[in-house]
This record gives sequence, structure tokens and C-alpha cells, in this order.
Amino acid sequence: MSPLLDVKDLRVTFETEDGVVHAVDGISYSVDTGRTLGIVGESGSGKSVSSLTTLGLTRTEGAKVSGEILFDGNDLVAMSDDELRSIRGNQIAMIFQDPLSSLHPFYKVGWQLVEAIRAHRSVSGKAAHSRAVELLDLVGIPDANRRANQYPHEFSGGMRQRAMIAMALANEPKVLIADEPTTALDVTVQAQILALLDDLQQRLGMAIIIITHDLGVVAETADEIAVIYAGRIVEHGSTAQIFKSPQHPYTWGLLTSIPRLDIQRDEELVPIAGRPPSLIHRPAGCFFNPRCPYARDEMRRIDPRLEPVAGESDHQVACLLEPEVRTRIWKGLQEGQSPASLRTLASPLRTQASAPAAQGANEVSE
Amino acid sequence: MTTYILRRVLWGIVLLFLVCLLTFILFNVLPSADPAQLRAGRNASPAIIAHIRHELGLDKSVLEQFWVYITNIFLHFNFGYSFYSGQSVISLIGDRLPATLSLTVGAVILWLLLGIPIGIISAVRRRTFVDRTAMGSALFFVSMPIYWLGLIVLFLFASDIGKFPILPGANSYVGITTDAGKWFTSLLLPWFVLAATQAAIYSRLLRGSLIETMSEDYIRTARAKGLPERRVVWKHGVRAAVTPVITVLALDIGALLGGAVLTETVFDIPGIGRLNYDAIIHSDFPVVQGTVLLAAMFIIVANIVVDIAYAYLDPRVRYS
Repeated sequence: MSPLLDVKDLRVTFETEDGVVHAVDGISYSVDTGRTLGIVGESGSGKSVSSLTTLGLTRTEGAKVSGEILFDGNDLVAMSDDELRSIRGNQIAMIFQDPLSSLHPFYKVGWQLVEAIRAHRSVSGKAAHSRAVELLDLVGIPDANRRANQYPHEFSGGMRQRAMIAMALANEPKVLIADEPTTALDVTVQAQILALLDDLQQRLGMAIIIITHDLGVVAETADEIAVIYAGRIVEHGSTAQIFKSPQHPYTWGLLTSIPRLDIQRDEELVPIAGRPPSLIHRPAGCFFNPRCPYARDEMRRIDPRLEPVAGESDHQVACLLEPEVRTRIWKGLQEGQSPASLRTLASPLRTQASAPAAQGANEVSE
Repeated sequence: MTTYILRRVLWGIVLLFLVCLLTFILFNVLPSADPAQLRAGRNASPAIIAHIRHELGLDKSVLEQFWVYITNIFLHFNFGYSFYSGQSVISLIGDRLPATLSLTVGAVILWLLLGIPIGIISAVRRRTFVDRTAMGSALFFVSMPIYWLGLIVLFLFASDIGKFPILPGANSYVGITTDAGKWFTSLLLPWFVLAATQAAIYSRLLRGSLIETMSEDYIRTARAKGLPERRVVWKHGVRAAVTPVITVLALDIGALLGGAVLTETVFDIPGIGRLNYDAIIHSDFPVVQGTVLLAAMFIIVANIVVDIAYAYLDPRVRYS
């Protein structure tokens, strides 16, 4: 059986005055009922664009979309605006980063929920209102009846995000996309919101996609993780695989730049040097090569494909480093060695000795 | 909220007092023709002029004149009598107010009917042919001074001198109670002239505001709910974008009620603006003072109305 939401080779570009922005460049992922997918990447990596495209929300911005987004077997990319609108907020719902700016400041929270319900169901205003109160109660807002008659600015940050979640759940969606749901919140509130999402998933059984820049957010909640860089998935695997045996230098960078309490470390955190590349003028070869401490000459020419990791099922990586080199570098990083000191492991001399790594990869014509 | 309004009203009265003081000082400090002499007419004997000066109270000290004036206004609601015609200022203003009111109300309705839809369409269809055409013509109308546009329009359409006299009575104002049909046709041209520039300003203002609003996160939320685009634009976009327009509208209405001097003069409409203009020409201090005070009062009231409207429009604003 095909998965509930199946994204295949999705590409999204925007024409701008400076050139064509390749926001999403051929990514594929899927998520099934009751499962959670984490999409992790820096800001500007295209992670939000891919989910906004799922709902057709990039259409108004003049995006060019290709590929397929199959939902229950129907392609959302090919759907008319009206067809897509009947799915949006109904079968696929979304919550956003900043709950204050995402709720309309002029309307009462209850009114906004009622609107969400009545957008897809012909129920009386009264019935919709009691459903709204019920939803606010479901997401753990105390005194929901009174709260429904308040404006968003009268809610605290965490309560607003709960209200957003309640609104997203209004029509019992099959898929919930959460775009940075905890980024704007206090750490303690973050944990509450994540626990709430987890709890709601168990009760309502929907599929969840969590988009975040913070691996810590998906560590507990996601079943699998896709690491996205410059509009492409560079590593994809189960949460355990991503945390235990990460394969991509970018994933290593993300992992070693998070402070962890469970590991005794004398070394300082290792930030990823440099900035994400421009999505208009992308680097030749591997998109990560300008920031990669282990980049070799051929990686500036050859564009790696996402390929299965030997010996691990459903774990894929797009990297030209040899598997054993990757294993040794990650081991070194875990022991607290610096990327600079591990550089030699990836030296060109070794490459010539080992098997050709560029097998199956595209040579970039310049 | 009530205390807030009360405080604002008190401040308004203080402001009105200051306006009185300022106009009085300006009138007395700046050189102007002698009102007594003006009223006495040509070849009047010095005795008659002195007599008139005494009657108008102009022989008293400046301070005394001001005191009489201010106590009359604030205690007896008496704005004095015209130096020129001898009529009470209140009755003069009362006579002229309907014309100004007619001009204002019609023009406001017209420019809102033009400006708001154009602004919304331009914002929603940004960078399309429709938008560029609308904004281009807006720029065209904004750039034209009212008195110039007024004269051009009269030259083209006035019933007597016009090249295409299609509007009967276009430049001779008739009161609404006298003849409603003639009142309407006589005001059509001034309404359009006044509305043309204003509609242009309003459409640009609303367009800018709506474009900004439509990029807000809550608009994305509204779309993500699966609402029809029309509802997203009207219920979520325009509702928020219209706030600055309402602010400007209240102030514009306030200013217009104080007298559209240029439009009233060009189209010969006997309104407050025209009254003010004539009073200045004749050094008719009580009338100048009266019209200026009236204009100031309208502006002050408009400001208070804006503040109250804000609290109702935007629930985040609550005065305490």
C-alpha cells in the first residue's frame, strides 16, 4: 500500500529579479498514518517551502512546481486551486512558527476556530462554537469557554500555539504539518507543545511532519528524519540511525553544535563554518563542499546522489566520502576530536587507494 | 475609556483656546486694513470712522478686546458680529454650513467608492496591467492641483462657458431644500474634482496597506484553513488594512468641513471655505476667527473620533 503522503522528486523554483531561486530541488519523502517525519535544516534550506507547497500555499507567490505530492493517491501538484482548497485545513493542516503573528489580531480565538470549522463543514454557528470550545479543551487550554471569547493578544505564547494546534485539528486532519512549532516559545513550553503533539497523535492517529532547525526537537518525537541542505535531502534515516550513525558531514555539524548533557565533553561546541549557499548561485559539485571540512577536489565537481548506506536499511546519504572514512570521522568527532584534526582521514592520497567513490554520481558540466 | 475621552475633550477645549489666541495675535500683529474704515466706506469723515471703531470695540486695548472676545465665546457661545455685514458670525456659519456639508459628504462617498475598490484590486493584482494602469492614473490625478483641475473641468463642462455643457447648472450652487435635482447637478463637478485627487490618494494608501497585510503570517494561516481567496482578502486582509485609511478619512472629513477654500472658490459654492476667504479679503476679524475656530474644532473632533475608532477596530488598542 502506498503511504498516506508521498512526495516524489519535488522541485520548487521562484523567478526573482536576481535570478531563479531553487528553493526545493528534487526532494522525496513520505509519511504514513500515525508516523512522524522530522525535516531538519537551517533557515533558507527550503524546508518550509516544501511543506507550504504541499498545501499549495506557494502558488500565490508565483512558484514553479514540478514533481508529485501524492495524498491518498491524488497528486496535489496537479490539482486545481478549488480541489486543493477543499483538502487544505481539512485533511492536511498546518501550524506555524510564530503563533502570535499567525493568529489574526482582530478576531477572537473562538471566532477563528469557528471559521476553520465552517470552512469545510456546514454546521450551525452554535454547533461550531461548542466544537471550538471542545477543541481548545482538547489541546489543554483551561477554562476554554471563557478563553474562546478572548483575543490572541490576551493569550500567552504557549497558549497561542495550543490554540493554533486546536485550529489545525478542527477538521480532524490526516496529516498535520508543524513548521517550527516550538521555535518562538520558551524551552519549558517547547517540551509541553511537543508532548501535546505526541499525545494528540496517539489519540487521533494522524501523520505529523515536524519542520525544524533543531535536531533536539525531533529527537524524541520523530520516527524518521530527513536532513535538508540547500533544497535537497542530504541524509535520510530513522531517528536512531541519524543520531547513532550519522553519515553526512552536515549532519555531523548539526549534531556537534548542539549542547548535550548526557555526554561528558571538555571540548567546546563545534559550529558549522560559513553560511548556507545562495539558492540562486549554487556551488558546483556537492552543495555542501564550501563549508565541508573534508571536501576534496573532485567534490567541487561531482554532485553526489542520495544513495543507500551499506548495511543499514532505509538509511540514505548524499556524500562522496567513502563509508569507512565516514565511520572513522564520526567516531573521532564523538571522541571530541576537532574536524580540522580529522581532515587527513579524508585526504586525496587515501582516495586514490580506495574504491572510486563517484560511482553513480553526476559529473557537473561547467 | 470614558475618562480617556473626557481627558481628550478637555484637551480639545484648551487647544481651541490656544487657536483663538493665535488667530487674535496674528490678526492684531500682522498689518491689515482698518476694519472701521472699510466698514465706513469711501469718503467717510473721521468722526464716523471713530464712531464705528467705538461700536466695534476696536478703540479698547488689545487685551481688553481679547477678554471680551474670549468670554463671549466660552461663556455665551457668542462669536461676535461681522465687521463687514453686521450679521452674527454664528448665523453666517449656519447659513454656509449646508453647502460645505453637501460638498464634503458627496465627495467623501465618491472618493471612497472609487478609491477603495481600486486600492484592493491593485493590491490583489499587484504588478499586473490593471494595477499599473490604476496606479498610473492615481499619480496623474494626485499631481493635479484642485484649482487647476477645477478650472479645466469648468472650461470643459460648465453649463455656460463649457465646451461640452452636458451638466446643467454645473457652476451655480443651489441649496438642497430649494431644488434637490439642481443641488445634485450643481455639485457633481466639484464632487468629482475633489474626489479625483482624494480617490487617488486613498487607493494608493489602501493598496500599500493591503499589500503589507497580505504578507502577514495570519493571512497565510487563513489560506491554510482552506478559506476561499475572496474571504481571505476581505475578512482577513482588508479588515486589517483599512485601519490607516479610516484614520486619514476622519482627518480629511474634519479638514473638509472646516472649508474647502479652493474648491468652493473655483466653483462658487457659498460654503465655509468661501466665507473664510471673503472674510480675509475684508479684514473681517470676527468671521475669520469664527471659521478658523470651526475648522480647528472639526479637526480636534476628528482626532478624538479616530482614537475612539481605533479602539473598536483594533482590539489590541484599549485606552485606560
